[in-house]
Amino acid sequence: MPPLRVVIAKPGLDGHDRGAKVIARALRDAGMEVIYTGLRQTPEQIVTTALQEDADVIGLSILSGAHNHIAPRLMSLLEEKGLDDVLVIIGGIIPDVDVEALKRLGVKGIFLPGTPMQQIVDFIKANARSAKISS
Amino acid sequence: MKAAAESDEARWERETLAPALEQAPERARAFRTISGRPIERLYTPRDVAGLPSGEPGVFPYTRGIHASGYRGKLWTIRQFAGFGTPEQTNARYKAILAAGGTGLSVAFDLPTLMGRDPDHPLSLGEVGKCGVNVTSLADMETLFAGIPLADVTTSMTINSPAAIIFAMYLVVAEQQGAAWTKVSGTIQNDILKEFIAQKEYIFPPRPSMRLVTDIFAFAPTAAPRWNTISVSGYHIREAGATAAQELAFTIRDGIEYVQWGVDAGLDVDAFAPRMSFFFNAHSDFFEEIAKYRAARTLWAVVMRDRFHARNERSWKMRFHSQTAGVSLTAQQPYNNVVRTALQAMSAVLGGTNSLHTNSLDEALSLPTARAARLAVRTQQIIAHESGVTEVVDALAGSYFVEKLTRDLEDEARAYIERIDEMGGMVAAIENGFPQKEIAESAYRFQQAVDRSEQVIVGVNDFVQEDDRAIETLYIDEAAADAQLARLESLRRRRDADGVKRALDTLRAAATTSRNLMPPIIDAVRAYATVGEMCDALRDVWGEYEETPVL
Repeated sequence: MPPLRVVIAKPGLDGHDRGAKVIARALRDAGMEVIYTGLRQTPEQIVTTALQEDADVIGLSILSGAHNHIAPRLMSLLEEKGLDDVLVIIGGIIPDVDVEALKRLGVKGIFLPGTPMQQIVDFIKANARSAKISS
Repeated sequence: MKAAAESDEARWERETLAPALEQAPERARAFRTISGRPIERLYTPRDVAGLPSGEPGVFPYTRGIHASGYRGKLWTIRQFAGFGTPEQTNARYKAILAAGGTGLSVAFDLPTLMGRDPDHPLSLGEVGKCGVNVTSLADMETLFAGIPLADVTTSMTINSPAAIIFAMYLVVAEQQGAAWTKVSGTIQNDILKEFIAQKEYIFPPRPSMRLVTDIFAFAPTAAPRWNTISVSGYHIREAGATAAQELAFTIRDGIEYVQWGVDAGLDVDAFAPRMSFFFNAHSDFFEEIAKYRAARTLWAVVMRDRFHARNERSWKMRFHSQTAGVSLTAQQPYNNVVRTALQAMSAVLGGTNSLHTNSLDEALSLPTARAARLAVRTQQIIAHESGVTEVVDALAGSYFVEKLTRDLEDEARAYIERIDEMGGMVAAIENGFPQKEIAESAYRFQQAVDRSEQVIVGVNDFVQEDDRAIETLYIDEAAADAQLARLESLRRRRDADGVKRALDTLRAAATTSRNLMPPIIDAVRAYATVGEMCDALRDVWGEYEETPVL
């Protein structure tokens, strides 16, 4: 089975990229192909990258509180482009009260401070679309 | 032939230690600081043999820059704060001052930090979330309404648009009747660490450094009590650096700024006395104390011997510290009160001149008023109940602390030499060097946590299932709506031609080597917005895009 392809993105203005880079490296060490978009990505740019890179997974790193704007825009663009089977996960600072709404939008995994890297690796392996196709 | 006499230490190991280890072996793991530095079991006079003991207030200031330490003056309680609209933050500042905070510190939101107006597409969802939104002079007036700038000192955490925000502060002070020669405060204005760690850059490195040196040139006569830079290690540490890397990259950034100032034709003693520094107060108690002592020592030697500064004030490092945000956990948030207290204590024992203590809920959100007040109380209890302020530099003479201080100095010096060989910090950044070092340390640390080699209480050990629900501050879109409305009203009220002229002048000035502070001040007075002024500069300098280093 070809390796899972994961886009790790920093949407919006926030430049705190420690978590995104650590996760990108952990996924790479776990055998996935990781495309790290770098900073200041719009939802449009992230979706374009996912399309171009044939991504199985999009991981968003959001610590700035902008998730309620970014996530809906991203999810609707994915649907528009026929990419709504891409696994979308978010890592960062997400208030508990917002988690439900994000899940309803289709964000499958939300990873808060303290999450071990392996937990994210395992979640992706269990839920990414290629995994589903072959199961 | 006489056998060599057994040393005291060897005898101790034989007579006392060995039997003790027989009874109870040491806990089966390597002993090291949180940075990964191996720690010996015991430190003895041998570890400090030949080291000078030093005196407080005397070069190289290992024991502090003030002869009377905190007996003379306590550190400033300077709590970083800001959220939502200028009105909301103004109220929080008044509360902090009423609770006993002794200086102000402004946290701006991402649009402000990144030189974007609230109506820019990238500002969507970001207005007022991480700090206060300041779009124009009008917002600055509101932010400090009822707060006399002649009487308080204000630190502003602003980097790429620092010149603009500094200009706004000066104009508000003037409106209040406070002379520029009297106002005192700090702008962070440390663009190098943005490229290295915090990533809030706008323009490429060289024009960014030009803005810094323009401020170095402007301030000594216009605002002589103003600290024009806060060379920061805090963010470098938060990004994953070790204590030695934090120390080394901060000092080397400081060296870069002085060099660029000197290369711009400035007299080092004209601007160096108003440089300040900003360090992290991280979790490893003794390593942090040693780090601060090493920092003062290194900087004094750099300023006197590398840059030949003659004014003693150029040699004396003044620094602010903040307890480590990255150490706060979302799990069992009340544990963070303890973490913060211990970290703050290490900063005090290290001689910090100014201190911010984090609130217990900051792994979850910006702090509630209650949590913010407890953070102030933490410092007050250290200052007034712990007794550590009764003596100057209590830990001098500790075999361990002095050895650790010396080791950190040596490690930092090695990094500084390497970066010198690369051609300086701008060159090192362009090569991705500090970024790579930090990324390696960050990954190593996370691996240590995930393997439980590094315990984080409540996260990978001593876990509780039912612990997270505490009241937190939730910032909704009301601030964004308010700021958008205010911006619209501003655009209708102001003299549009005046704004355009001021922006054209600024843009033209940026293509020359003219000091940009005067045209920035003029544009600020015309109520040009942060976004408009930064766009004028973007037109000339373009925007920086980093090559990410994983």
